[in-house]
Amino acid sequence: MALKKFVATRMITMFGVLMITLLLTISLVGSNMDTILKQGVVFQVRAEITEDPTIANSFSSSEEFEEFVQDQIDQRIQTLGLDEPWYSPQRIGLTMYKILLLDFGHATFLTSDAGSSDVKEIILEKLPRTILLFTSATIIISIIGIFLGALSGSKVGSVIDRITSSFAIISSSFPVWWIGMLMIFLFAFVYQIFPARATPPIPSTDPNYMISLLYHMTLPLITIVMIGFGAWAYLVRNFMVGIMQEDFIMSKKVIGISKKKIIYRHALKNAAPPIVTILALSLSGSLGGAIITEAVFDWPGMGRLYFEAITVMDLPVIIGATYILTVFFLVSIFIADLLYGYFDPRVRTGQ
Amino acid sequence: MSSVSPQEIKSEFLRSKIGIAGISILAVLVLVSIVAIVAIPNETFSQWNNPGNWISYPKVAIPVWVNLFLVEKIPEHKILSDPIEKTETSGDISLVSHQFGINFAYDDFPNDFIYEFSAQYSGTPLLEMIVVRPDGTELKLLSTSLPYSESTTKHTERIFSTDESIRKNLFLQSDKFDFSLNRLSAEDVVFSQMSSHQPLKGDYSFMVNLYGVNSKNEISDSTLIVGGKAFGIMGTDELRRDLAVGLLWGTPLALFIGIVVAIASVVLGLLYGVYAGYRGKKTDEAMMRFNDVIYALPALPFLIILSVTISNSIFLMIGFLTIFGWVGVAKVSRSMALQIKTRGYIDAAEMMGQKRSKIILRHILPQLLPYAFASIAISVPAAITTEAGLSFLGLGDPSFPTWGQILHDANVYGAASRGLWWWIMPPGVMIAITGLAFVFIGNALDVIVNPKLRR
Repeated sequence: MALKKFVATRMITMFGVLMITLLLTISLVGSNMDTILKQGVVFQVRAEITEDPTIANSFSSSEEFEEFVQDQIDQRIQTLGLDEPWYSPQRIGLTMYKILLLDFGHATFLTSDAGSSDVKEIILEKLPRTILLFTSATIIISIIGIFLGALSGSKVGSVIDRITSSFAIISSSFPVWWIGMLMIFLFAFVYQIFPARATPPIPSTDPNYMISLLYHMTLPLITIVMIGFGAWAYLVRNFMVGIMQEDFIMSKKVIGISKKKIIYRHALKNAAPPIVTILALSLSGSLGGAIITEAVFDWPGMGRLYFEAITVMDLPVIIGATYILTVFFLVSIFIADLLYGYFDPRVRTGQ
Repeated sequence: MSSVSPQEIKSEFLRSKIGIAGISILAVLVLVSIVAIVAIPNETFSQWNNPGNWISYPKVAIPVWVNLFLVEKIPEHKILSDPIEKTETSGDISLVSHQFGINFAYDDFPNDFIYEFSAQYSGTPLLEMIVVRPDGTELKLLSTSLPYSESTTKHTERIFSTDESIRKNLFLQSDKFDFSLNRLSAEDVVFSQMSSHQPLKGDYSFMVNLYGVNSKNEISDSTLIVGGKAFGIMGTDELRRDLAVGLLWGTPLALFIGIVVAIASVVLGLLYGVYAGYRGKKTDEAMMRFNDVIYALPALPFLIILSVTISNSIFLMIGFLTIFGWVGVAKVSRSMALQIKTRGYIDAAEMMGQKRSKIILRHILPQLLPYAFASIAISVPAAITTEAGLSFLGLGDPSFPTWGQILHDANVYGAASRGLWWWIMPPGVMIAITGLAFVFIGNALDVIVNPKLRR
């Protein structure tokens, strides 16, 4: 019963956060969006009128003609509901409703590789690539991290423990994107093994596209793993250090169970809850970090899309991408919360 | 959580090697900041994005100290602006002469040479440019008259080595050289040996003579630039900017951003968390829900949108970073306050009718101070890297040269794939070192505050 209530409050909070995020995004870009939409209408109306020369010819003076054009523009703006400011409740409500249903409208400048300007299609094209790169990186990082962390946590003060700890501390203060630049310098300029730009030069319809994409993925993947696993190992180590001091581990040692068995069977199992929780969190956190990393490597995913959208102020894309990123972020926080509540009953009873 | 007295913290901290290392790095960085603020005039950094300010500097020049490790020396970029001046008058004719000495000891030709000057004259004085080479030969470079003027006038000009008349003049003297001067640029001829097309090392002397008839002539702002491929301690970038200036100025900026954001967010989080924890019940619940909301906002996308739509001023950026920085501290200090609340002396204080604000400030907050210091130190690197990341995306404050912006420009001009290491390495190393200093200090404090980590 307590778990159900816990899940319900969590879900309501998450939904509330999603709405607030959406509202914030819209209010931040709203006034810009209004101007752009209105300009679009003016442009469209003028284009339609100039296409048909008979309309222009039916007016005696240019002033009259201008008045007619203005009239048409006003009418169009009214039918689209743009005469009300962006912060009017109806418009915000409508916009949010549309976004909730994943209807982001059409991009102003950007298109997908296939040429579509539908924001949903653009995002659906980019999202899998980001997930491919960052999810595989996070999985590799967590595997290396857990083993290294367990190893050094069980031998506190040993050489491997010291190396792991110092590597973790040092690597955490390097920005990933800067290491990315160094890696490009090293492996694309000094030793020309990998390409400097991670966008495959062939169209996505080519049968070899996947292979090329994976090859281009190597350099960013190595970089992210290199910078990431140290912090993981350090975290796991600290959990392990705590657990190895617990009485039940001590007693197992006394009984004479082999150390390996204690570490991987008992200690790691007890460290699992926080580790799983952090895994869920870092999966989503990596998506946020993707923006800069993808900009460095030119990886054709969500992060680069976001960056490009910001550079040209393509508002529908910005709103859509923010929404999707937030959804992913919230879902993983939600999962992390659930896992934590599942593993640790104190959390869900609110103690 | 046990309380630790400030004296204990100090003595323990001084015993921790890593803490000492952190403090020493920080001291060096503070020193660098002071040097930057005192030694480099403010105008230089505010001119960072003004290309006109850097026009006499070379493009993507390698740092000069690289030459120490090379057998074949790369020509250094030289800006000579203190010539030996001489004035002579014989009869009607007056002569103003400026002489520049340059020691050229490199294994490659310079990129070009430029002579910049302002002359004050009347009539049509004759400007002559001659170079005397280490082997004693004299090459006439230029002989031209300045535009006629009835009254005294000021004339400013730049003479480039690509000037057509310099080429013609050199071509007229081609019998001195054993090889064809066809298609060779002026600097390749002037700095070449006679027998073969190899750089000639030694002392060169450039002479600029201004002859006038019946007039008093003057040359001012006389500068000779011998364009090379190496310049300064840190080299230059594609926009000819001296990277040493940017790197130096980046230090106080990074420290300022990092420390202000860290202190602001820790103080905010501490007060928020302690208040929520102390009040408990509904207040606590509501405050923690709000905390959850901020925690669940994706920070980077929001920071990007904020800087694009509102402003990218460095001060507002500090505020934005603080908004996303206080959440974690608030959570931890709330749970700490919950624990401290149950202790006897708090009850006693309450019973005696002390004010709520007083209890929080006098009895709860001091207990959290060690934790607060540790978290300030730990949050500085995150603030610095986030700001650097935003600047890297080109969203930084353009009026301040930060390390992130230098890296942004490096990325825009493809420095990594062009092998311009001196443009990429130093800013990143500086970011990392600054981060490390605070991580070290934070870790040392953390070990003292959380005795569990000690074993």
